Amino acid sequence: MADTATYDKIATTTLGSAASSITFSSIAASWTDLRLVIVPTSTAANDIQMQFNGDTATNYSYTSLRGNGTSAASSAQTTVANISWTLGGQIDSIPHFYTGDVFSYSGSTYKTILMSSQEDDNGSGIVGRTVGLWRNTAAITSIRLFTGVNFLTGTTATLYGIKSA
Amino acid sequence: MTPMLGIMASSITKSKIATGSFYSIATVTGTGSSSTITFSSIPSTYKHLQIRAIARQVSGGYSSQSPTIRFNGDTTAGNYNGHQLFGYNSGGSNFVAATANGANLPRFVQGSAVASSSMYGAVIVDIIDYASTSKYKTMRAFGGNDTNGDASGTNQIELGSALWMSTSAISSITITEKNAQSFTTASTFALYGIN
Repeated sequence: MADTATYDKIATTTLGSAASSITFSSIAASWTDLRLVIVPTSTAANDIQMQFNGDTATNYSYTSLRGNGTSAASSAQTTVANISWTLGGQIDSIPHFYTGDVFSYSGSTYKTILMSSQEDDNGSGIVGRTVGLWRNTAAITSIRLFTGVNFLTGTTATLYGIKSA
Repeated sequence: MTPMLGIMASSITKSKIATGSFYSIATVTGTGSSSTITFSSIPSTYKHLQIRAIARQVSGGYSSQSPTIRFNGDTTAGNYNGHQLFGYNSGGSNFVAATANGANLPRFVQGSAVASSSMYGAVIVDIIDYASTSKYKTMRAFGGNDTNGDASGTNQIELGSALWMSTSAISSITITEKNAQSFTTASTFALYGIN
């Protein structure tokens, strides 16, 4: 089997001032999968959400599994206008850690995303996993991350590309 | 940027990570007529392995499915053990799969029962220290599928771990659909080596 180095950093953003969204645009179809790594803080507790290619219609759905130190739960959201990392949890002033793997983002199927959330606030918090679906066969060329409040200065978001043989 | 009240990531470039520690080894796609995916002749030149896959069944009318993963062709009952934690529309559950003749992967394979043929499940599997000749092999997996509430295609989110009780270096991996249903031609399984 031949092997090829294949894990590329596509772009990274570190906020120099508060903003309500971060957008990765003009994403080339050069890789097989995309991986997002996000460490946000916010001015107030809120969700962190994602949309593709500027699609604000209700073409998204997701299923989550999470635990908060007391109990575990799962739930699903259907026909919604975005995919949320924080179903049951929230970003806040303490840095949390989120990842998202977007599979076959330039392929012809609907797009499936595996997401993780790690939110610990020293006494409370949630660890979660989510599978999301964007019901669109178009290649993903932009990803918008947003929140109902502002991401704070220092919030980081990095987009990687992973290319298979 | 300003009109969007946000930040646009600028200067999108393809810059290699300096360490170059993640390598593509091979990709296998479904044939539309086979329920088995095999990676063979895996070299022992990496520290860990990762499989990234999307998959769907051609037919059979099932909901999401959990395929079996086996190493080096070993089908010996009792050589595999695993635990799984999963959730769906509500609640959550976990179970232990012991003494099976292969380890369970998460229920990520989208069954053909779901209405849209464009829906695929996904999984990430990490196989730790796969080339060791002194340790049993541990695997973790995260996968699932979402069907936007389609009543015929159960949505699942699942975490799994498994143990292969062998000290042999892993040189081949076989993934088999439990219902003997074929993987579609758009199903892809990519194997990576990590140093």
